[in-house]
Amino acid sequence: MLTISNITKSFNLGSVNEKLALDGVTLHLKAGDFVTVIGSNGAGKSSLMNVISGVLTLDQGSIIINNDDVTFLPEHRRAKEIGRVFQDPMMGTASNMTIEENLVLALKRGQKRFFKKAITNKEREIFREKLKFLELGLENNLQQKAGLLSGGQRQALTLIMASLMNPKLMLLDEHTASLDPKTGNKVMEVTEEIIRSNKLTTLMITHDLQQALCVGNRTIMMHEGKIVADLKGEERKKATVATLLGLFEKNSGRGLLSDRMLLM
Amino acid sequence: MEILFLETLQQGLIYSIVVLGIYLSFRILDYADLSVDGTLPLGAAVAASMIIAGYNPWLATLTATGAGAIAGLFTGYLHTKFNINPLLTGILTMTGLYSVNLQIMGRANLPLLGQQVIFSPPIGMDERVFTITLLLLLVAFIIFLLHRFLDTEIGLALRATGNNQKMITCLGVNTDTMKLLGLSISNAMVSLSGALISQYQGFADVGIGIGTIIGGLASLIIGEVLFSNGKILRDLIAVALGSIIFRLIIALVLRMGLPPTFLKLMTAIIVIVALAAPNFREKVLAKRRYRAYANN
Ligand SMILES: Nc1ncnc2c1ncn2[C@@H]1O[C@H](COP(=O)(O)OP(=O)(O)O)[C@@H](O)[C@H]1O
Ligand SMILES: [Mg+2]
Repeated sequence: MLTISNITKSFNLGSVNEKLALDGVTLHLKAGDFVTVIGSNGAGKSSLMNVISGVLTLDQGSIIINNDDVTFLPEHRRAKEIGRVFQDPMMGTASNMTIEENLVLALKRGQKRFFKKAITNKEREIFREKLKFLELGLENNLQQKAGLLSGGQRQALTLIMASLMNPKLMLLDEHTASLDPKTGNKVMEVTEEIIRSNKLTTLMITHDLQQALCVGNRTIMMHEGKIVADLKGEERKKATVATLLGLFEKNSGRGLLSDRMLLM
Repeated sequence: MEILFLETLQQGLIYSIVVLGIYLSFRILDYADLSVDGTLPLGAAVAASMIIAGYNPWLATLTATGAGAIAGLFTGYLHTKFNINPLLTGILTMTGLYSVNLQIMGRANLPLLGQQVIFSPPIGMDERVFTITLLLLLVAFIIFLLHRFLDTEIGLALRATGNNQKMITCLGVNTDTMKLLGLSISNAMVSLSGALISQYQGFADVGIGIGTIIGGLASLIIGEVLFSNGKILRDLIAVALGSIIFRLIIALVLRMGLPPTFLKLMTAIIVIVALAAPNFREKVLAKRRYRAYANN
């Protein structure tokens, strides 16, 4: 489904600020895999997502999605296969546009767009159906501006938009991290439900170690641009937060107390 | 007085097409495009030269519109292909067009005396009635088209490009293409207006573009402040009305005896006040909040 082969990405190449963000990462995801990604700040987690989605270009290596080599495709040409949700709720929706306008933009994800009236009652029917499932009452406010929604509502809407056209791959980058815990949990529930019911192959970055183990079927840990641990099957079932902390200590040579991960 | 009002209304309508174009670039696309100072006289130059060469005035007007579209594409190209700052792209186009416009006209001023123009009324019809009817229909038609366009799949993608580029790229839209499209439509409208101005005034002049952007912005802001409610159709009508009100203000100020040489300064001041007001208001409110807090 997704095959990442030996990819390297550095920033500010050749300057004193040179930084190797991805250092020979190889990763293979099977269709339907739901992989959680953990690692300390600056480990390269977001960079990994950004090279997969084409925001960043690679220095080395290749990325193949469903037998299509996308290594050299620009971001907007990969969009058809990839749904994304970011940490910042502002990022996923157009605030000056209404809920239904945002949704219809997503309905045409990666397809050719025409000089044709975008929203008719047919589309509204689809949107109401999809939004009902969120139980936020958004289905009755299709004409409300997205900018007036709360952070949690915007993230939920972004999730619907990202999954609307059944992408081959979902990339979630700490998408609940900026929400209060209660809202974050609600958005996480919705996320799991959407991923399960659409059988989406997913990479999800999280800093919540408990969550990293209890959602999905596989967990990878990154450190300094490398994947340093990969838990699945029985090994993952047995793992606890303590296991992850131990793995981190072993790979980084330092305790986690200084690290953000433990604080969460 | 009545005639003065009618003429001001006509000018306001002609310039409202400029303001609608600026609304498209500044507001919808969030692109501060200054090309309009060059594309307005471009439209005038193309239309006037063609009319003098004997072409049908409607064909001349249409060609002028197309010329504006191409100039807008050029501006967009400078930004999307060479990554030049939007403000600078507009200034480059505007500056380059000055020579182009002179070249097209062959001299700085081209009179259209005695020529058949689109405002020439059919036999038996009053010229003033014909002109105002034609302008009203034209502006209404343009607002209708723009409104329809901004509700299409491509129109929505264009709006999203101006609102959240990251998001719309995620959804598979090439934002470069959208910027090119938006700038070309915007400048086509401005050149159309230029073509109308030359025919309305009876001459084309290389100098008519100076201050187009500032006058357009003043009109835009006046319209938004007075009539806007955040809905596209309402916004379009609001900024068109803003253009008429702006022309009325100018006409009044001139009647009150302000020398015409001060017009540009006055326009600049309107825009400065309009841009500074929200900022100033916020500061005053913050100060008040602070005092109220300190006093408790
Ligand atoms: N645009 C950028 N320019 C320069 N350095 C960057 C950029 N993006 C990320 N980095 C650096 O690359 C490293 C990995 O960053 P990132 O992938 O965002 O980490 P994570 O998401 O795991 O916290 C960090 O050291 C970060 O400072
Ligand atoms: Mg990150």
